[in-house]
Amino acid sequence: MSEAKKFNFIGQRTIRPDGHDKVTGKANYAADLALPGMIWGKILRSPHAHAKILKLDTSKAEAMLGVMSVATFDDLPSVSNEAIQSGEGAIDSLDLGRNVLARDKVLYHGHAIAAIAAKTEAIAEKALELIDVEYEVLTPVLDLHEAMKADAPLLHEDMFTQGYPEQPEKPSNIAARHELKMGDVEAGFAEADVIVERDFVTPTVHQGYIEPHACTVSYNTEGQSMVWCSTQGHFDVRASTAKLLAMPLGNLKVIASEIGGGFGGKTTVYLEPIALILSRKSGRPVKMMMDRDEVFRASGPASAARLTVKVGGKKDGTITAMQTSIAYEAGAFKGSPAMIGGMTAFTPYNCANVYCETFDVVVNKPKVAAYRAPGAPQAEFGAEMAVSELAEKLGIDPVDLRLQNAAKEGTQTVYGPKLKAVGLVECLEAAKNSPHYKTELKEGEGRGIASGFWFNIGGQSSVTINMNPDGTGTIVEGSPDIGGSRASMQMMAAEELGIPLNDLKPIIGDTESIPYNQSTGGSRTTFATGMAVIEAAQDVVQQLKERAASLWNVTPDQVEWRDGSAINTAGEGQMTCAEICAKCEKTGGQISGTGNVNARGAGPSFAVHVCDTKVDMETGKVDVIRYTAIQDAGKAIHPSYVEGQFQGGAAQGIGWALNEEYVYNDDGVMENAGFLDYRIPLASDLPMIDTIIVEVPNNFHPYGVRGVGESGIIPPLAAVGYAVGDAIGANVSELPCSPPRVLKLIQEKG
Amino acid sequence: MAVVDYQAPQSIEDAIGILQKTDIKSKVMAGGTDLIIQTKSQTADPVRVVDLKHIDGMMSYTLDDGGMSLGPAMSCAEFTTLDDVKAVYPGLSESAYLIGSTQVQGRASIGGNLCNASPAADTIPALIANGAQCVIEGNNGERVVAVEDFVTGVAQNCMASDELLKQITIPRPAPGSSDAYLRFIPRTEMDIAVAGAGVSVTLDSSGKCTAARVAIGAVAVTALLVREAAEALIGTAVDEQALDAAAAAASAAAKPITDRRGTAEYRTHVVGVLVKRAAKIAAERARGVK
Amino acid sequence: MTKVHVTTSINGDETEFLCEPHDTLLDVLRNDLSLTGTKEGCGSGDCGACSVTLNGRLVCSCLVLGVEAEGAEVGTIEGVGEADNLNVIQEKFLEHAALQCGICTPGLIVSTQALLAENPSPTEEEARYYLAGNLCRCTGYDKIIRAVMDSAETMRGEG
Repeated sequence: MSEAKKFNFIGQRTIRPDGHDKVTGKANYAADLALPGMIWGKILRSPHAHAKILKLDTSKAEAMLGVMSVATFDDLPSVSNEAIQSGEGAIDSLDLGRNVLARDKVLYHGHAIAAIAAKTEAIAEKALELIDVEYEVLTPVLDLHEAMKADAPLLHEDMFTQGYPEQPEKPSNIAARHELKMGDVEAGFAEADVIVERDFVTPTVHQGYIEPHACTVSYNTEGQSMVWCSTQGHFDVRASTAKLLAMPLGNLKVIASEIGGGFGGKTTVYLEPIALILSRKSGRPVKMMMDRDEVFRASGPASAARLTVKVGGKKDGTITAMQTSIAYEAGAFKGSPAMIGGMTAFTPYNCANVYCETFDVVVNKPKVAAYRAPGAPQAEFGAEMAVSELAEKLGIDPVDLRLQNAAKEGTQTVYGPKLKAVGLVECLEAAKNSPHYKTELKEGEGRGIASGFWFNIGGQSSVTINMNPDGTGTIVEGSPDIGGSRASMQMMAAEELGIPLNDLKPIIGDTESIPYNQSTGGSRTTFATGMAVIEAAQDVVQQLKERAASLWNVTPDQVEWRDGSAINTAGEGQMTCAEICAKCEKTGGQISGTGNVNARGAGPSFAVHVCDTKVDMETGKVDVIRYTAIQDAGKAIHPSYVEGQFQGGAAQGIGWALNEEYVYNDDGVMENAGFLDYRIPLASDLPMIDTIIVEVPNNFHPYGVRGVGESGIIPPLAAVGYAVGDAIGANVSELPCSPPRVLKLIQEKG
Repeated sequence: MAVVDYQAPQSIEDAIGILQKTDIKSKVMAGGTDLIIQTKSQTADPVRVVDLKHIDGMMSYTLDDGGMSLGPAMSCAEFTTLDDVKAVYPGLSESAYLIGSTQVQGRASIGGNLCNASPAADTIPALIANGAQCVIEGNNGERVVAVEDFVTGVAQNCMASDELLKQITIPRPAPGSSDAYLRFIPRTEMDIAVAGAGVSVTLDSSGKCTAARVAIGAVAVTALLVREAAEALIGTAVDEQALDAAAAAASAAAKPITDRRGTAEYRTHVVGVLVKRAAKIAAERARGVK
Repeated sequence: MTKVHVTTSINGDETEFLCEPHDTLLDVLRNDLSLTGTKEGCGSGDCGACSVTLNGRLVCSCLVLGVEAEGAEVGTIEGVGEADNLNVIQEKFLEHAALQCGICTPGLIVSTQALLAENPSPTEEEARYYLAGNLCRCTGYDKIIRAVMDSAETMRGEG
């Protein structure tokens, strides 16, 4: 296995193969493609958060000079309802269709109602003004508690809460209720010497990818239509778009452009079906881009949540019971990651008595989409804040309390399985021994530490490695590269083949050229696609050995593959990969290896973060002065990109904890739909983010890999939140810890 | 607004001639960092942009014993490299440096910041604290208006549609004077000021404050010159007690709103904190000035 | 709408184009001149993805009108380094893995080049504040700042 293995490439900090294009501006992202005859599409969006559409008349717009086509919900064929794969979960196709273009109701400010394609962007924008819409404005539902009340205005008259033994009689805005439990929390609390019970509130936040959604499409009546778009999953784009437009899958080719950030937010479709309709009706290629305002108002942010957490522990440090109830905002359509919140909240703990109840609630805001470990940051924020407070009340160091109750191999999870080998203990010990944790705080500084758990997924990946007659090869994979993963693919293939790294070129194929690949998300790429790469490379090695064997007139098992060459163990002879490939035509034709996996055994990645803050007591402004991110990578293929995931997740979590939130007015209009007032961390806001890579191998991957993309966003919310509370001597209960909130806590404390 | 025409006059007379045209509305542009954002929508009123950056004197400055005469369209990036200006008006230089990012600094100007008249504009409190004056040119000739009277409301200034801001003049501070500008933002950069304070003080050889001007920003529809806050400093050694009194006066004068950038209570409190801190810095600088 | 004829210099090449008065320099670079290395992240000067130099000064091209390029010198990412040779900053960004998705990278490289031209020995804090107008959502800025500091050291001949 990987313990004894000595690697040539794995663990090196190589230069990524797509790097040259990225630092020169040559790499092509979604908005960078122009096609001959291309026209521009723009969307008309609802000015109301909740309204019935009484009339929609596009005739004046259609008549405007320069307008080439118009699209409304009527252009979407009526299709059966179905769950379509979307990122780590699934989405209801009827909901998806109604989100892409509103049917008889608009459900959030910014909801798409119609679209125009015209010769220039300017004409398209002007034409939108000529679309005549009549609304019956309804009361918007903007608050979780209000939405859950029995007499709340309803978003969907046919929504009956799923998850109760009997379906409720009346519809409501609660799409679903989930319950997960084990043991007996009542008994557990009875045993406890100290109980901590707290309410928490977390805001709606956005993934904040710097590249807005964009696509260029060309509808082809006879053959294949083409979509070029920024996406984490081009096969999901194909499935969703084809479903909504009632097209056979084979008639739609989707090409994944380079993607300027996704973090889960680009696992569904907004523009592509509309652009194809506009293209079909005009006979021209159509380009559509969201502007930044539209991205905030009308793509898929992450759920706001309200939670109650209760944890109990004995004086000796045993945590005896853990309980939480969390309501998640789903936005306009059902499908928040509520259930996942319940699954993850207390999983870092080996506690026999756990109860998690979660609710999926619709409100008149944009439909939420995944955001890095969807559902977990909110849930684990509450859990970690409560556990840290419990440690303080018990007089036990917060790392020690976590170590004492740490989940490990064999720990029963509340959602069913027992954990296999995991690295939480190792992460906690690394935290305890870190230079950061050993540094004493100065006057006025506060510290928080928090754990994070994410399952990670495996799933379907398909890779082909095509060898060229000169011994170089192309790795054709299907995972859009959102963070530099193709470098790791190159390394894993080179490791197996033993040939120079730069002899292998990884590319991401389109939906026409490769078999199905599940989207990039769920921290699955280095794990599952990596597995497929290794399998394909091993297939190539086997073929190379067979060709060498035939040239030497020996059997393949008499050929050894070492350091990129075939060695004849039954006699004399050594041939390099290039030499064998040069003769491939004579020995049986092209050499090409395949790896098709439906990977199982993705290993969870635990993370532990340590955060120090300083607070200006007169203004409530928080400075993060020191930060350490520790996480289990199983085996770090490319340490720099693993560290990069830790640091990126930390930065997003710090933003979530400090300044990021959707601000709505009473009419349900977002007031800060831009990077000026939606405040993500700047370079000047953050210190260096120290990282420690822990490696507890996942034995289901040939090299021990665990995905690392998601867990890193979970601990920062409580690490920062608790550090702020520690610095000011008050309990933080609401995120973000923006200066006015922090000042209020300081003033209330007296 | 939607830009349908662009003109780059070479003289003030030519510029005013264009501003007098009545076919469509004209908007004067210096750096464009506010104007271009405002003109993004294609669906609104057509507008002619009149670029002032090619007019002599709009992008340059003079500084002598009488004071400074500043071309209003000079970029903040350039302005903040002027060491001689920084030495005399450190607070004003600071305020110009705080506008936006490095990229925005490369274009944004003090004149534009002033004329755009956002209640939260960073340079306006610092200009007021320094007693700056606006030299306005129009069809009827030249007139001079103090900065605190130039801004008349949210995004409103006192100029007619055929007038433009030609120069900003600032008197040379008396010996023993200095200034400071502070603003509060939730992050470390980029944000619009939640509250701002510009303070200038003059100290005599014994360290006693003989003159002061205190201006606060982002806490009312316009920046405010707070006489009571200045009076709290004058005649004192700018000690803790005087600073607290100045802060209280500033908070009392503030009339802020609650919006996505801060609550009224928060702004009222923080502007007092900023006045105290800015006054302290200005006094420390003044003590170091010969 | 009447298009305006503009003569300008882009990365040292004399260039002409026609544009509408309302077009920004960013629109012109991307749509009319096919120089798509400069990116649009927000259109309002808040993210820095569209950073270019205008007469040597770092600016957001989304906040400059296309017509203002008349007689000016524009520097874009396409002019950084040489056709077959990356410059020090580009190399250091790759070496330090200072990019993940890469969308902010062109803007950051143009900005870093402007920073080091103005200040060849920035402190970490100076570098962070200078680059505060370049948003990155992937990296948390750590490796970016390391690449910038290393570039500065190398360019000073100390690396």
